[in-house]
Amino acid sequence: MAERAEVSAARLEAPRLGLVDRIRAAAMRHEPIRGYALLSPTMVWMLVALAVPLAILVTLSFWTQNYLDFDRTFSFNNYIVYFEKPIYLKLLIKSVKISGAVTLATVLLAYPAAYFIAFKVKKNKLMWLILITVPFWTSYLLRVFAWKVVLGFNGVINSGLITLGVIDAPLEFILYNPTAVVITLAHAWAAFAILPIYVSLEKIDRSLLEAAADLGEGPIMSFLRVTLPLSMPGIIASSLLVFIPTTGDYVTPNLVGGPTGIMIGNIVASLFGKANNWPLGAATAVMSMFFITLVVCAFLWFTKQVRERVA
Amino acid sequence: MSDEHIISIQGVSKEFAGVKAVNDVDLGIRRGEFFSLLGPSGCGKTTLLRMLAGFESPTRGEIFIDEQAMSAIPPHQRPVNMVFQSYAIFPHLDVRGNIAFGMRKSGLSKSEVNARVEEMLEMIKLPGYASRGATQLSGGERQRVALARALIKEPKVLLLDEPLGALDKKLREQMQLELRALQKRVGITFVFVTHDQEEALTMSDRVAVMSKGRVLQVEGPMGLYERPTTRFVADFIGTMNFFGGTVREAANGTASIDAGPLGQVRAATQDEAFTVGAEIVVAIRPEKLRLTFEAPGPAVNVAEGRMGPAAYLGDRSHLYVHLTGRDEPVAVAMQNEGRSAVGIDQTDQPVWLSWADDAIVLLPDE
Repeated sequence: MAERAEVSAARLEAPRLGLVDRIRAAAMRHEPIRGYALLSPTMVWMLVALAVPLAILVTLSFWTQNYLDFDRTFSFNNYIVYFEKPIYLKLLIKSVKISGAVTLATVLLAYPAAYFIAFKVKKNKLMWLILITVPFWTSYLLRVFAWKVVLGFNGVINSGLITLGVIDAPLEFILYNPTAVVITLAHAWAAFAILPIYVSLEKIDRSLLEAAADLGEGPIMSFLRVTLPLSMPGIIASSLLVFIPTTGDYVTPNLVGGPTGIMIGNIVASLFGKANNWPLGAATAVMSMFFITLVVCAFLWFTKQVRERVA
Repeated sequence: MSDEHIISIQGVSKEFAGVKAVNDVDLGIRRGEFFSLLGPSGCGKTTLLRMLAGFESPTRGEIFIDEQAMSAIPPHQRPVNMVFQSYAIFPHLDVRGNIAFGMRKSGLSKSEVNARVEEMLEMIKLPGYASRGATQLSGGERQRVALARALIKEPKVLLLDEPLGALDKKLREQMQLELRALQKRVGITFVFVTHDQEEALTMSDRVAVMSKGRVLQVEGPMGLYERPTTRFVADFIGTMNFFGGTVREAANGTASIDAGPLGQVRAATQDEAFTVGAEIVVAIRPEKLRLTFEAPGPAVNVAEGRMGPAAYLGDRSHLYVHLTGRDEPVAVAMQNEGRSAVGIDQTDQPVWLSWADDAIVLLPDE
């Protein structure tokens, strides 16, 4: 009791605080305030560089193009055109199919590479990760042109195979078609797929794999029952990271796609360019965004179902 | 290889980059016993356990489990299961999924497996936990789930790699008793790795003390504590006072030794033949010394000293006594039977230590 009395006698008066100190004290007491403060530069930038342009794009899609300026009366005309002419939806669906194939190819190619670095490389992991980014040290355009050289009529593959006597005439199905687009994009986006998968594999506690072996599962079943489900977050992240941007890509289809490899991005680019119909271009872009969001939601829902089924 | 041994470790060594983690170990583990591998960190006990599980393969020697050589058998085909130090609970599965993980090839139907899982949950005292997520479990619960996951496979041997290390003291003591009771009930051989000597003594039928990759002594808890055969074991298990000594006389199983500050001591020599004049180590446990503040009459084994520092531990006190001719004070343990600790404030008072003949342990000088 005597000690308790001493403590209460020693209690100090709370100091009167100035405004700055009061803000500081509030920030110390409330975790969320600090969080938002830390986020605010990013949030401001997102607002200026993403939300505002997006709002402009959506607004633009409800206007109409005159020859030199916009008719700013609100109208659904662009969307009516979009759904009336089959080319837009057809191209969008084709784009989704092509980038779906790109995503599948990229993830399938990236997984073994990520697995190798995460499990088999014992030292100099950083060096391997840097090596993966080496292709990015040259321009994207250059890399696409390089594929043109590799895949072309007189390209590396064709002339090589002819010299070896494997074929008599150049293969024509490897350039200026969707296959060429898939090959080129799968290469261009490989690093973006490898890194998230690598991170999720690296995080897996190695004793879990030993536990799987200890409980009677050989290497293949251990992989299917432990490694694969635990690396799903990386696979999902990779898929989205590759799928979303490649659906709207227009450089690669333009250069290696030929007439059959054209994608929705090419239409958007020409509407904003040669065709000079920005509002219709905006409507096409908005619809692409909407459709991609749907596909991504469906994909996430599907993976969630699979994971719950497995667990 | 005798039939009573379920595990027979024969001449096993394991080298990592030229360093011998396990050095020429021979060990037999009996069917149905609770066997502990005890030693400080880096002594090779975990490496030895991992060789039993198959995660490491011996550089030399052979391990037999139930009379079958293990060197060509991968971990997933061995008749042993392991409880990992980190528990290695699968985070993407619920408790049922974790416990049933190893039952895929059991040939049981899904409902039979579920019934087995419920039995195991009953056994580890976590009924109703089947659909809890792995991440919702506390440390003690994870440990139990790891145990159930291994035991549901009904292994010939259960390997436990310091499974209690991460638990707090109270929970650990409770789990020690539970684990021991469980082992008696299921009758499976347990091989338990620990660096905690008290834990090893509490739980085990027999303990192998390891140091620097070698097994120094294999014995039951009492034998290990009362009859250590090396200075390392005597020092590692409990507390021990060591004195240098010279054998003066040795006959009929007793020896008379000149032990410096302790004076002339007499001790049973067990089987070892100590030759007269040999340098040996005389060891005595703190609780086997009796401390008095007056000379204890005409007893044979008495040494006079001065009180040094003292530590009050609640149930007992550790008193340190300075003997002339010895720098290090001698530790004496006293039970605090009354409600005040005897001798705590008696620094520099003259005191007398006395002991019984059989309190002395003789060890070879290393």
